[in-house]
This record gives sequence, C-alpha cells and structure tokens, in this order.
Amino acid sequence: MTTTSEVLTLPSRAARFGFIRGLRLSGFPLIPTAILLGIAFVAVFANQLAPHNPEVGSLVARFKPPFWETGGTTKYLLGTDQLGRDVLSRLIFGARVSMVVSITAVLFAGVVGTTLGIISGYLGGWVDQVIMRLVDTWLALPALTFAIFLAAIVGPSMWNIVIILGITYWTRYARVTRGEVLSLKEREFVRLAIVAGCSKWKIMLRHILPNVINSAIVIGTLMVGVVIITEATLSFLGVGVPPPQPAWGLMLSDGKQSLMVGRWWLTVFPGCCIMLMVLSANILGDWLRVKLDPQLRQL
Amino acid sequence: MKQFVMKRIGYCVLSLFLLSLTIFFFVRVTGDPATLLVEPGASPEDIAAIHHQFGLDRPLIVQYGLFMASVLTGDLGQSFYYRTPVMELYWSRLPNSVMLASAAMAFSLLIGIPSGILASVRVGRFWDNAGKVFALLGLSLPSFWVGLVMILVFSVYLGWLPSSGSGTPLHLIMPAFALGWYFAASHMRLTRSSMLEVLGSEYVKLARLKGLPQSLVIAKHAFKNALIPVLTLAGINFVIMISVAVVVETVFAWPGVGRLLYEGIAFRDFPVVQGTVLMLGAMTVVVNLVVDVLYAVIDPRIRLAS
Amino acid sequence: MPSTPLLELENLSTHYVSAQGTRVVRAVDDVSLRIHAGETLGIVGESGSGKSTLALTILRVLPPAARIVRGRMMFEGEDLLRKSDEEMQKVRGRRIAMILQDPMASLNPLFTIGNQVAEPIRVHEGASRATAWGRARELLKSVRIPSPETRVTQYPHEMSGGMRQRIVGAIGISCEPRLLIADEPTTSLDLTIQAQYLKLLRDLQRAHGLALIFITHNLGIVAKMCDQLAVMYAGRVVESGPVSRIFNAPTHPYTEALLNSIPKMSDDRQRLTAIEGQPPDLSKLPPGCAFAPRCPRAFDRCLQSAPPEIAPEDGRTARCWLATPVIGAAASVLRREAV
Repeated sequence: MTTTSEVLTLPSRAARFGFIRGLRLSGFPLIPTAILLGIAFVAVFANQLAPHNPEVGSLVARFKPPFWETGGTTKYLLGTDQLGRDVLSRLIFGARVSMVVSITAVLFAGVVGTTLGIISGYLGGWVDQVIMRLVDTWLALPALTFAIFLAAIVGPSMWNIVIILGITYWTRYARVTRGEVLSLKEREFVRLAIVAGCSKWKIMLRHILPNVINSAIVIGTLMVGVVIITEATLSFLGVGVPPPQPAWGLMLSDGKQSLMVGRWWLTVFPGCCIMLMVLSANILGDWLRVKLDPQLRQL
Repeated sequence: MKQFVMKRIGYCVLSLFLLSLTIFFFVRVTGDPATLLVEPGASPEDIAAIHHQFGLDRPLIVQYGLFMASVLTGDLGQSFYYRTPVMELYWSRLPNSVMLASAAMAFSLLIGIPSGILASVRVGRFWDNAGKVFALLGLSLPSFWVGLVMILVFSVYLGWLPSSGSGTPLHLIMPAFALGWYFAASHMRLTRSSMLEVLGSEYVKLARLKGLPQSLVIAKHAFKNALIPVLTLAGINFVIMISVAVVVETVFAWPGVGRLLYEGIAFRDFPVVQGTVLMLGAMTVVVNLVVDVLYAVIDPRIRLAS
Repeated sequence: MPSTPLLELENLSTHYVSAQGTRVVRAVDDVSLRIHAGETLGIVGESGSGKSTLALTILRVLPPAARIVRGRMMFEGEDLLRKSDEEMQKVRGRRIAMILQDPMASLNPLFTIGNQVAEPIRVHEGASRATAWGRARELLKSVRIPSPETRVTQYPHEMSGGMRQRIVGAIGISCEPRLLIADEPTTSLDLTIQAQYLKLLRDLQRAHGLALIFITHNLGIVAKMCDQLAVMYAGRVVESGPVSRIFNAPTHPYTEALLNSIPKMSDDRQRLTAIEGQPPDLSKLPPGCAFAPRCPRAFDRCLQSAPPEIAPEDGRTARCWLATPVIGAAASVLRREAV
C-alpha cells in the first residue's frame, strides 16, 4: 500500500539505464508498448508516411487487391476501396483518428471522473450522495446504447465523439477514485494536513490527488481499449467520425458491402489494426495494474 | 428483506427518471428537435406544424410532462419508415434479440465457467495460459469484426453457414459466437480469480483440514462461493448483451432490437431511435433490479444484513 | 511412565520456495517435538516464528509453494510423511483435528451450521444424514451452545464470535480424534469469553482423552493450560520442556526475555521491557544462532555456529550454547528422553 505521498515519478537521468533493465526483468510488455508507440508515431507522421491521399481516390483504381494477389500493384500496397482510395494510406490516417480520439476521450473522462471521485469521497455528506447516485444511475444505463444515441442526435464530428465518449465513461474513474479517497482520508498525513490548517481544496490537490493518480492511470490504460472499440463501433454504425475522414471502424463499414464477393482486404486490415492497438493497450494496462497497485487486481 | 427490495426499487425508479430526463434533455439541447421529428425533406410549414403539434413552443416543463405522459402510457410515437407504432416494432423484435443473447450467454457460460475453474486449479500451467490467451483475445477483438471475419471464412470461403438473416439454428451459430466471445472471456476471468480467492480462504483450508476429499472441497465448498460473483455478473451481462448486440445484429442482419436501432439511425427515423434507446435503457435498469433481488435470495448474508 | 509418544516430530523442516526458486524461506527448521496421549503441549512464539506452518505441516495442508524437505512425523507408529494424499485425508479430521484462529473465516458462509458439523461425520464414518445431524446436535450441546436444535439450521453469520469458535471446536472433536491442534483459538475472541473457551477446551480434553497442541503467543494461557512447552524462534524450537520448570528457570535467553516482558503487578519497574531488535528474515538466516543479534548474553561462538539441541537437564532441551554443562568442551548432545 502506498505510504506517504508515493507519487509515480521518473527516476533521474543517471538511474534510467537501471530503470530500463529493471523494467525488462519485471515482465514489462515490451512488444505491446512498442506497438503503441509505433502507432503513435504513424499517427503523428501520417502526412509523411502515407503514399496517397486517404480521402480522394481514383475511380479507375477501384477494388484493387493487395499487391501480392493477382490484379494488385505495388502502387497500392494493401489494395483500394470502393472509391479507389488507397487502403494503406487510410489505415495510416485512421491511426491518427484512433489515437487522438482515444487519448483525448480517456483523458477527458479521467479528469472529470477523478475530480468528481475525489470531491465526492473527500467532502462526503450530501455532495457525496448526489454524485454517487448520479454515478450509480448512470452506470445502470447501457453505455454503448447511450453513446450511439448521443452520437446520432448530436451529429457527426470528431470532437463530439470525444465528448460523448468522455461522458459515457467517466463513471469508471469516479467509483474507484472515491473508494481510494475514503481510505486515504483516514491516513495520518491527511489528518496532519487538516490539523496544520490546510484548506480542503489544497488537501485534495496536494495530498489526495498524487495518491490516486496511480489507479487513475491504470483505469486509463484499460479504458483505452474500450474507447477504441466504442469509437470503432460508432463509426461502423455510421454515427462516428464523419466521412471522408478515415476511421478504422468506418473502413470496416465500407468493407462490409463487398464482403460477400470476397474482398477480404477491406475487412481484415482495418480490423487487425484495431486488434493490435486494443490488445497492446490491454496487455500494458494489465501489467500496469499489477505493478502499480496489486489491490486493483479485481478490476 | 422488504426494506432491501423497496430501496432497490427506489433506485430503479431514480435511474429510469434520469434516463428519460437525459434523453429528453439531449434532444432539446442539440438543436431544434423539430428537425428530428419531421421526415427528411420537409418544408418550413411542416416544421411549424410539428412545433405546434408537439408543443415545442410550450415551456420545457410542460414539454417534459407531455413526453413522460406519452411514454408512461406506452406511446413512443410512430416510425416514419414502417408506419407502425414504435412500441409494437420493439416488442416484435425483442424475442429475436433475447434468443440471440440467450445463445450467446449459454456459450459464454459453458465455455467461460469450466475454463475458469480449470485455469484456477491448474495455475500457471497449460490450460491457464491457454485460457489467458483466449480471454485476452476475446476482450480485445471488437465483436463485429469477429462476425465479419467469420462471415468471410465460413460463408464466403467455406460456404458452410448462412451469412445473414434468421430462421434456422445454423443462422444462430456465428452471431452467438461473435457476441458471446467477449463475455466468455469476462466470465472466464472472473471465475478464475473468484475460484483462486475462494481456494485460498480459511473455510476451504478448514474443509481440507476436516479430511474432506479434494473433489468435495472444490465441488461443494469452493464452487458455490466462487460462482456467486460470476452469476451476478452474468445476470447483469445478459441485458448488456442485448444492448451491445447492435453491431452483431447489423453485421448478420439479425432481426432484433439492435438492428432496429441501426435502421432507425440509417433511415433517420427518429421515433424509432428514441423509443428503442428508451426501452433498452428501461430494460437494463429493471433487469438489474431483478438480479439484485435474486442475488439476495441466493446469498443468505445479504438477506439478513440489510 | 515411559510410553511411546502419540506424535513425534523428528528433524522436521518445511521451506517455502519462491516461484523462480531464488528465495527460500526456512519456515520450520529442524524441529523435533513429542507429545503423549492426554497431554497438552504449548507452542509459543512471535508471529513469523513458524508455529502455524508447523501445525499445517503435521496435517500436510500446506500451500503449493511450501515443501517439507526433511524429517519424520511419527503418529501412532506411522510416518505421516510417507502417506499418500488419500491416506492423509483419512487422518485429517478423524485422527488429528485442527482448529483455526478466525472462526468467522473458518466457516463457510453459504452452508448451515448443521451441515458443516455433520459433514466430517458423513465423510469419515459414512453416516446417514439423519445420524450425522443427530450427532451434530449432541456435539453442539457438548460445546455448550444453547438450544442446539434451532442453531443447527442457522448460518454462521447469525452467531456471535464465541459461539462460532465453539462450533469450530465441535467440528474438531466430531470424529473423536486422538490429537487436536488449536492454532491461536482465543486470539480473536473477547477477553471475557477467552476464559470460558479455555475451560471448555480443557473439559473436552478430559472427557475425550485428547492430546492437545496449543499454539499461542500468550504465555499466560500456556501457564494455565499446558503441561509441556516448546518455544519457537525463527522456525526453530529454542527451548522445550515442562511448563513449570521452564517458567521457574528458563535456559534460553529468548524464553527469559519473553517471561520478563509480561508486566506483573508486583513489579516496580517503570517501563515495559521489550525485546530489542526485529525478528530475522527467514530467507536470510545468519550462520550462527538466529537469536544472537538480539541476545543480551551472546558471545563469539553464538554468532559463528548455530547451537544444536542441548539438554541442560532431563526432559528439557535448549538451543543455546549457554545450556551446555561445560562450555567449550566437547559438549555431549543428548537426545531428549521420555520422562
């Protein structure tokens, strides 16, 4: 259990080599993290990496299969879709959408959820009751259905999606954080701070917050996978990021039309990307969960 | 016990209230609801007529009252596309969703629970590791993609199974698997960790100390205790399955309420969208209530503690 | 009255091995003890001294990471270590029974009291449900639980702590074992109930001719309940013998310190005496005596080599160089003889 303000800090430069070796030995999931970093890299440098424009295609080159199949060319390595757009380029730019949406949504949900969790847990009383009722009733509703509903009503735009995802998933953070705060409240260093005359807000910020960040990070990594799948689902159903912007879920939706004629590349590749990203996030999240706080193993 | 049930019903009502409020609120707040309520391609006069008909020029409280009044009497409006009351559509599609969810749930429990028990009894060895991989994949793969790939393999390439529609058990196999994998993974994980916790408990230790054979210890003492959280989760998951089945139903053109929601969105059929979401939400809340009460029946501690 | 001991442990060692095989915790190290029929043996030590592991070793109900690396456990002439798991099952609960510390945790919350008390009777003696439940009611009566007929259909959480512990006791004696091991049975009970429970145990012991191994950290209880005493430290038995003799004249400095740390009314000391230092890390034991770093009377030899069991007089042993009749000379290590 964390003792006085054990904050997750990076060690000094000198210790970093030892840090990395230490990570290796402790079962650190190197490959998943590398994959995530790779996807992030691709997302950032999409403009440089993508061979073609992802949004505009040439109708002459429709439905080309990947280059190793008959009829494919190395010009469109992974084939083209129904509008002649290069699949590889769309995948690359799709990474950007996935990255941006998932990270922002997770952060948004995290900030809102953790804040409300801290306030609720620390202040107690009617504030706690109200917020917790809100969390309970919100959690009782089917998250995906609600996200779909909101997305359908509000209309397509990437930022709308981020906000909707944040609204849908903040409760996960609030519940866990509040639980932690409740036990932290009884600890010595908090009582000392109260006795020393710190204001409530200062205590919450400087003493409580650093101690709940660990769990918030763990929840965050686990949420990344959920958020990505939800975003892909929304895009697949047509209420996510609007075309022509490429999103992996949207590509799957487009690909569905020609599935029955065997144009497998339009389905397999985007799905693999989603799978890689979610799988890596989940493995990393599992490892973090065990590392940072074994008590969260029930999550 | 009575108080417990009363309290739970109270929360249930509160949730339903919040559900209706949120739906109502969001529709109003994101623009003129008349544009949603009217069919695509309507003229300004039509919109004005809608304003008057639905009382959109009246104060919000009154609007909410009217909204709730019609909802509580079961009037969820009429579908633009099908020209039938939404309620009717919903109830006609629900049995299909229930069938799909039942099949998926059966699959998830039949695979999940035994593999979870096996993994917990053989920690660190082959079945545990195999189970972990199965679970990880199930939790990381989007269900609709699993469905799509299955169609590719089993319908397009192998031609064994039908790719859409319903009617025969063969139609049910792929959607049930696609929908159920995630939940099988979730149930497996929970069974495993629950069993491990129970196997390390003092009463299991005492059971062994009493000289009970290992099989009895696991089957009687460990199993029932370990199963409680899993069944609770399964109960809650059932309704979630129906909701989450939206995508799987869409992929396989399975005529359930999830597909109904998708059609509503695709055809811009607002009453269908609003009605379906309302009903799904209400169903989830009510079923959670039932599960809570059932839980109290199984576990004597809850019954008396409250 | 020399007679063969009911249970004799010889050089018993149980180690916990970590998953990678790197850390070895010597939880029980070279323990030799004996107990005769009808006798009460107290095992005393701090937490971490190995007492509970020793109890679990006797019944071979250890967690997977533990390994019994050497020794013999002779019970009624048979070596328990040579038995298969099925054979051990017939020993557990039937010939040797055990009571655990926390009664709330020991009882399965989902089954009735009657079910849990009748269970060993049905398994070990093949009794029918009716017979076993009848016996269960009688057992509850014999542990002084009021109105057993109603209690039998109730659940553990409906009972008080004291009652639960009695029920656990009832389970323990249900199949008429020869030996009962009680692992800190009164530690989680209120003080007012402790005395009642101890009396109950003594009465049961006399009525059923039980041998009792009583594990505790409380020397007061030892004084009341036990005939023989074994003091454990860092997995080893550092002193053993009759209770009265040890209490009057402890040999090992650890025993002495334990006895001194009990505050007495007649004391005019101003402060409580605690033993300095910390118990050692059982995976990194020093080459010499495990207690030497904290011992007020330690000298060079103590730190260099661990003392074997030495008999300062008949019927007693102590693992201490100070116990040798002549220090430095070729000390004869005598095997403890049955008195």
